[in-house]
Amino acid sequence: MAPPVDVATNAFDLQDLSIAYEGVPALQDICLRIDMGEKVVLIGPSGAGKSTLLRHLQELSRHDSALIHQDYALVPQLSAFHNIYAGRLDRHTSWQNLRTLLRPHPREVAAVQPILEALDLVDKAHDRVQTLSGGQQQRVAVGRAVFRDSQILLGDEPVSAIDPHQAGRVLELIKQSASTVVLAMHDVQLALEHFPRAIALRDGQIVFDRPSEQVDPETLGHLYRAEG
Amino acid sequence: MLRTSLGFVGVALLCLVGADLEISTLEPWEELGRIGWGFLTPDASTLSHVGDALVNTITFAFCGLALGVAGGSLLAAVFNQSTMVRAFCACVRAVHELFWAFLFLPVVGLTPICGILAIGIPYAGVFAKVYAEILQEADRRPLAGLPAASGKLSRFFYGVFPVAYPDLRAYTSYRLECALRSSAILGFIGLPTLGFHLETAFREGLYTEAPALLYAFYLLIASLRWWVRPRLVPIYIAVSFALISTDVHLSWDNIRRFLTYEILPWPMRSDGYYAGTGEVVFDLMEIGRWGWNLTATEVVPGVWNTILLTQIALVGTGVFTLLVFPSICRHFNGRLGRALSHYGLIVLRTTPEYILAYALLQLWGPSMLPAVVAILLHNGAILSHLTGGHANTLNLRVDRPQRRSDRYLFEVLPRVYGPFLAFLFYRWEVMMRESAILGILGIRTLGFFIDSAIAEDAIDKAVFLIGATALLNVGIDTISQIIRRRLRVRPGTVFTYD
Repeated sequence: MAPPVDVATNAFDLQDLSIAYEGVPALQDICLRIDMGEKVVLIGPSGAGKSTLLRHLQELSRHDSALIHQDYALVPQLSAFHNIYAGRLDRHTSWQNLRTLLRPHPREVAAVQPILEALDLVDKAHDRVQTLSGGQQQRVAVGRAVFRDSQILLGDEPVSAIDPHQAGRVLELIKQSASTVVLAMHDVQLALEHFPRAIALRDGQIVFDRPSEQVDPETLGHLYRAEG
Repeated sequence: MLRTSLGFVGVALLCLVGADLEISTLEPWEELGRIGWGFLTPDASTLSHVGDALVNTITFAFCGLALGVAGGSLLAAVFNQSTMVRAFCACVRAVHELFWAFLFLPVVGLTPICGILAIGIPYAGVFAKVYAEILQEADRRPLAGLPAASGKLSRFFYGVFPVAYPDLRAYTSYRLECALRSSAILGFIGLPTLGFHLETAFREGLYTEAPALLYAFYLLIASLRWWVRPRLVPIYIAVSFALISTDVHLSWDNIRRFLTYEILPWPMRSDGYYAGTGEVVFDLMEIGRWGWNLTATEVVPGVWNTILLTQIALVGTGVFTLLVFPSICRHFNGRLGRALSHYGLIVLRTTPEYILAYALLQLWGPSMLPAVVAILLHNGAILSHLTGGHANTLNLRVDRPQRRSDRYLFEVLPRVYGPFLAFLFYRWEVMMRESAILGILGIRTLGFFIDSAIAEDAIDKAVFLIGATALLNVGIDTISQIIRRRLRVRPGTVFTYD
């Protein structure tokens, strides 16, 4: 008999998940369980299926998760403040949201302030996002997801454009701001430094799923080896 | 951008204070009911005797368009090189088709020539500008691939024209629709097109006949895509010219008399007129006094009312658009709802604003209200179509806000607002032209004074007033360009000029 599963501690439980786009398989037979409170990083070469998996996790958890999009998905014409505020639209009435768009209430300004400070965006708060640099835009995208304050936070390359000396701090902020965190990352060293569990994907399949300290250079070399 | 928008809203509110928007008829809604009933029970039997009018509407449109395309193409070739040409085109297109018809009436009478010139001349000015813009924005890379020593003409036809052709064709076919609208409206001042019968039907309260005529017009516009093919257009144009050529009587005497005598300010002619000699004197003081009087008593009030009407209609159009465009946008509305709104908007923008205003005037009596609503509905429908279409091209993030109001305010509106403003400011000049024209219906904008001048056979006065109208239009066009440039907004499509 299968052991009883405690639903409350279970963030995701995937059984034999396969996803294909127009006949081309993107994920194959994925079995994966992530508990509440876990901090997990997805690694693997481009096209391995990390983004597809993240999108699927987002679908499953849509009411209590935040997603940091790979392409930021910000509204270029709105200020950094408003883009971050947008993370909590569903907690306010439509009228409040309309008022915040025209003239933010001091209460909302105060609520967003700590995030602007943590992400070093205070002096950019009222600039339109389209005038910001790539790294600044990505920090705004992180800010929106963090401000959402959900149980689960998902991120697709959330620090790829951020300066190396800031990336670690931003990752820590992301880790602290939600109970369960799942990120896809390119920078493997940075990923293993900050996350206790690593799941490696290649060609739509899980290659390994183990504690970060057990991931050695040889395994990584194998994971990222050129096709052949 | 927000500050500019609020500035315009503020001005419009001030205008509202100064404008007469009252409903003066006793039973406005009962009349509306009768018109509504007429739309449900159109009397198609009346259509049998408007066949000629339908044919005239089409032939005038084709001939006028041919003239406009020919003239516009030639002017477009030198448009970017010559300030003179640009200024000429700006003046020519600043005068509405109906005013051009007024100018030609005394020369050629109520003949097809009058209708064709009235359409062809302003359209040439529009085509020159838009064609030049399209050619300029065309991809230059194919041109770079041609041998450097190729002749100018070869380079154009091998490197530029084929690249720009799809846009040129699309814009020209859109203009055909406009030409049919213009042609129909010309009937309101007596030319034998659909508008003539529409005017009669409305004036006599024949509310089952008028809708039948309008339906015929909608069908005509809707059917264009089936019978207007690039290959067939030359045939249609040839047939159109053949049909009207039986009715051309040009009197050179008339033309000379118009250009060298009737157009001169009255003080120059009055002595000779009363003496019966037709003598012309040149007295600068008297002419100055004449111009000053005309400016004080007609131009200033006319311009004032035209601006009032335009500014109210401009902001009204903007509000209408922002409220209505979500109904045709996939981010807000289901498939069925979108289709219904889409057809509703097509009907609104196909109905010429002049006809809308005329109908509403019958309902509500003479005030600015019918004109405001007519301009707002017609232009709002066009802008909603363009803005909604733009919004449909946006892909929103997968975790977009669930509530539609949040999606509207925080995702869609910020993205479409810039292009929306650009569309709106492009239409500003058009709305100004419409505001002036609607004066013919009795609202005291410039058209009212021009219409009165024509009615009392005072060509000199009419020309003076039309000149003032053109200047006003060129001025608005310039302001609109400055604002668009300062806000750095671009609509990104050529279907916005009208």
